[in-house]
Amino acid sequence: MSSAPSGLEKRKAEAAGPVGLVRRDPAWLRATLIAVAVGFIAIAVVAPLANVFTQALANGIAAYFAALRDPDTQHAIKLTLIVAAIVVPLNVVFGIVSAWALTRAETPAKTFLTSLVDLPFSVSPVIAGLIFILIFGQHGYIGSWLRAHGIEVVFALPGIVIATIFVTFPFVTREVMPILQALGNEEEEAARMLGASPWQTFWHVTLPNIRWGVLYGAILCNARAMGEFGAVSVVSGKISGKTDTMPLLVEKLYNGYAVQGAFTVASLLAFLALITLALKTVLEWKNREALRIAAESELTRDDAAPRLAQHLA
Amino acid sequence: MNAQTTIRPGLALGTTLLWLSLIVLIPLAGLIVKTTSLSWDEFVATVTSDRALSAYRLSFGASFLAAVVNGFFGLLIAWVLVRYRFPGHRLLDSLVDFPFALPTAVAGLTYSDLYVARGWLGRWLVPFGVKAAFSPLAVVLVLVFVSLPFVIRTLQPILESVEQDLEEAAASLGATRWQAFRLVILPMLLPAWLTGFALAFARAVGEYGSVVFVSGNMPYRTEIAPVLITIQLEQFSYGKATAIAVVLLSASFSILVLLNFLERWSGEHV
Repeated sequence: MSSAPSGLEKRKAEAAGPVGLVRRDPAWLRATLIAVAVGFIAIAVVAPLANVFTQALANGIAAYFAALRDPDTQHAIKLTLIVAAIVVPLNVVFGIVSAWALTRAETPAKTFLTSLVDLPFSVSPVIAGLIFILIFGQHGYIGSWLRAHGIEVVFALPGIVIATIFVTFPFVTREVMPILQALGNEEEEAARMLGASPWQTFWHVTLPNIRWGVLYGAILCNARAMGEFGAVSVVSGKISGKTDTMPLLVEKLYNGYAVQGAFTVASLLAFLALITLALKTVLEWKNREALRIAAESELTRDDAAPRLAQHLA
Repeated sequence: MNAQTTIRPGLALGTTLLWLSLIVLIPLAGLIVKTTSLSWDEFVATVTSDRALSAYRLSFGASFLAAVVNGFFGLLIAWVLVRYRFPGHRLLDSLVDFPFALPTAVAGLTYSDLYVARGWLGRWLVPFGVKAAFSPLAVVLVLVFVSLPFVIRTLQPILESVEQDLEEAAASLGATRWQAFRLVILPMLLPAWLTGFALAFARAVGEYGSVVFVSGNMPYRTEIAPVLITIQLEQFSYGKATAIAVVLLSASFSILVLLNFLERWSGEHV
């Protein structure tokens, strides 16, 4: 968004109005373009969203809550929450570690590793599921070994978790890397020189600087983890009341013409999306602030020292 | 600086390597190895079967059309969001991200319901013979939705950074508003525009969740390539599923390479 980053000056310029020779678009053009933009978003985004809630409540509140109380629905909600509770913390920890390693390490493999981090975003979710079937499935590379030891991966919780980790892996890393890059490592080195242990340095210097980015990545990771369909549908086996997550249940109900049920579960996911969007908007603002501070401290390195002294006191 | 105070990312790098290998590298290598379980002739027969060819045609064709639609409206919306201030501006800006936040199954469910004869939008379209449910058109529409943010989000920062001076200069040299846009602004936007287009296209090619709801999945007609992979999997034809997956993966990698090139190009320009 344009109004936030370089802040005051820009707003002053805007308030002063068109200066010199810059001609603003004529009113009719502005009106037309805004109308087309709003109309496009209304049809493509707002109508589908409104339709979810309208259909979910089409038969009244009682029918909505009856559908919510269905045991399969209850189980799907629980399973989805469990998957997110395992996947998000793992990807937050490994996301921070890999973001830090990839910005601070000097290795020739850096470009390669960075594109490896991006890979899950460019692979079709179905392929993401397929690769884990090929490893852990009945005829997979270690499938028979797993079966001999009574370990269930595919068509069970571990498979769902692994596939979800794959598709959501890039979120935290991608958010944190640019922040670490902007910060540089002077503060970290200063802390080490002042005698802080690596752990203290991370905890008191690095983490406070990247916390909004981490949270932002975690929220996106969570939304995707709860909503993932393709990868999970391939590895889960779609066993009712056992491996159906919420998105899979939506499909099952839809295919069984249980429209009320499908839209009820869908409405919960749509609600999650709205919350995600709201948090994202707030954090984007915070994140920009952090990046701005990082950029400013680039200019005035001096203020880093007192802050460090404070941290270590 | 002595070794004590230098930042040494050894342990972190090792952890990253291990995690990336376990989650990404080894599984993908497994996929490539699996294709060798088919003979070359079998591989070619699988990936060039009539059914597979019509699936690619739909996957790539519909994704291309969706990216074109988003290329046009994305530029328009990015322009409106950067240049104009109006009531609801912030809301519109937030709504652009909604397709990223909404689970694809929900998108598919609601799109399949919107365009049927009794649906909110279908009731206006079906009487005119426009079938936007369970048809190739339905696939295009839902792909427009899932790939909607890419063009807008890649264009916005570039549009913001376009110097007003340049437009002033163009104006002072006697250029009309349209000439300034076409000859000054558009060339500056081109690399980012193409990047957004490629990202939208790549996302649409891999999309599965939303399409299975709206397309009807009719072989030769509305079946996309990822659906064909799942069908092969359900028949336990792992080799065939993998063969089609490799074709899709090659397409994704080509797009990645193209994006890398575009990034360098825009780096030189801006």
